[in-house]
Amino acid sequence: MRFVFKTRYDQDIALFKHPGQRFWYGLLLIALLLAPAAVSEYMLSQLVFICIYGIVGLGLMLLTGYTGQVSLGHAAFMAVGAYTHVVLISHGWPFLLAITAAALVAGAVGVVVGLPALRVRGIYLAIATMAFGFIVEEVTARWESVTGGNSGLQVHAPAIAGFKFESTAALYYLCLSFAVVTTLVVLNLLRAPTGRAFVAIRDSEISAQSMGINLARYKTIAFALSAFLTGIAGALYAHQIRFITPEQFTILQSIELLLMVVIGGLGSIHGAFFGAAFIISLPQVITWFKDFLPDAIANATGLRPVIFGAVMILVVLAEPYGIYGRWLKIRTYFQLFPFYRRGLFKRQKSFQKSDRLR
Amino acid sequence: MSALLCASNLSLSFGGLKAVNDVSFDVQPGEVFTLIGPNGAGKTTVFNLISRIYQPAAGKLTFNGIDLLTVAPHRIAALGVARTFQNIELFEQASVLANLLIGRHTHRATSLWQEVLFTPAAWRAEREFRDRVEQVIDFLDLQHYRDTIVAALPYGVRKVVELARALAIGPRLLLLDEPSSGLNVEETDDMAFWIGDIRNDLGITVLMVEHDMTLVSRVSDRVLAMNQGEVIALGTPAQVQAHPAVIEAYLGTPSSPPLQGEGPGMGMGLHG
Repeated sequence: MRFVFKTRYDQDIALFKHPGQRFWYGLLLIALLLAPAAVSEYMLSQLVFICIYGIVGLGLMLLTGYTGQVSLGHAAFMAVGAYTHVVLISHGWPFLLAITAAALVAGAVGVVVGLPALRVRGIYLAIATMAFGFIVEEVTARWESVTGGNSGLQVHAPAIAGFKFESTAALYYLCLSFAVVTTLVVLNLLRAPTGRAFVAIRDSEISAQSMGINLARYKTIAFALSAFLTGIAGALYAHQIRFITPEQFTILQSIELLLMVVIGGLGSIHGAFFGAAFIISLPQVITWFKDFLPDAIANATGLRPVIFGAVMILVVLAEPYGIYGRWLKIRTYFQLFPFYRRGLFKRQKSFQKSDRLR
Repeated sequence: MSALLCASNLSLSFGGLKAVNDVSFDVQPGEVFTLIGPNGAGKTTVFNLISRIYQPAAGKLTFNGIDLLTVAPHRIAALGVARTFQNIELFEQASVLANLLIGRHTHRATSLWQEVLFTPAAWRAEREFRDRVEQVIDFLDLQHYRDTIVAALPYGVRKVVELARALAIGPRLLLLDEPSSGLNVEETDDMAFWIGDIRNDLGITVLMVEHDMTLVSRVSDRVLAMNQGEVIALGTPAQVQAHPAVIEAYLGTPSSPPLQGEGPGMGMGLHG
């Protein structure tokens, strides 16, 4: 077992807490960089999806996992990012400028959508964000002169300074670099006062306020950042699927995104990517699984949502901290071997909560 | 010497209940000032008025010459007023260290961009925060719990962590809402010690609500007794304890018939 002996404050502040972490994350990065040479074209495109969903996961994790604000409208932020990006590209904007603008537009929309969060929370906020999702869906379907309506928009491969990201590998590297950069941004934010303010708002608004945190300001920042990241992901998503229509950004997609962060593990950056990997690989697992099922069940139309729902219930019941929680337990088991005991992660229930602000 | 905190004629009603009725007092710099009174006397409501969770219906409230009633709730901490809560309001899913660092929030000097890129300025700020927090950890002997998640801590330690978080703000006035509630004799003893140290070594003025009269008489310079939203006595701990109105508020008058449930001190349902 590793015991980190701390001698400097920087060890508490640094991203990598000990050399072991530096080694493993370095190894992971090298593996990801070499992936195009090792895996099939199809697997690689799945990895592109994981990067994109991971970025959405980061955004949603920041908002739901860290700030405690539920959103059922994140597919709509993706739509805002995707459509803004594609429309700007078609007007001849360069890729990097267009994706920045798309993210900024999504962020600005996020500020507006975050306004209800200053007054309502929990299920009511979920409804408010859901309503926003419907509005965006409707707008993208009806505003035909710009969005192409239900017939959708064609998207070309991204190009930076004359280089076209035509191949899957090129697009993979592009998405991977966006995923790495956004992850670092979020990690930096979380170890700074802004990130701590988010956590404070999540755990106790009343004491966050008496610690000097401006609730309205930080909730708005959380919404804006979350939408910004999701906007970036939306733009990349458009390039990956090559064709965008309003049907890709429905309420079902929003629910799937929320499930993604819950299953991945709320309140952890790992969780965003674990969740993304889970969501992307589940259809594959189901396809493989179908061979072992009787035809009547295997060909039933609602199989995917049913399995999704079942997994969701299992996660909430058995592992509220999601895949990341399970990962922590497995890791601790091996670190402490053979001294791990079952009750190690049991937390005592507390019933001391004073009256809330509302 | 002018008062650090000055409350005059504060009033607040919840429906027909006068939670705080025409309450006036002033807290001098460097003193430990205690509010006592039976449950429902309005002590915590006074705290919530000072930390601007409630807006009083009437009255004035000044801190260090600043009119508190025009200040937004989240600006109170920056003025130098820190508080703890009766039922502990820590950030439960964060470590003790993170909780204390949130206490430094009012001293944030970095912009969002500096934080996103974690520039040298952000590093410097974090090191400075970390250093200040370590001083508080050292002061309250919390070294052992530094990296523990609050949800995993026993009640007594959480109480100390909440005190530490309030101290991390670097306040001039510390509001302690029942610092000894739920603590055992030994922990209460430590708490009394720390309150003395906070006043004597750190020079922080303390305003607290407390029920444990041993602790009150040990640390307080002045005591204000309240009952049903009104001030009934003000003076040294000994004076207030001997005051007939205080005895009546806690025990009732000898002539009042028992078990009527109307007498003061029988519990008003509204706690604190």
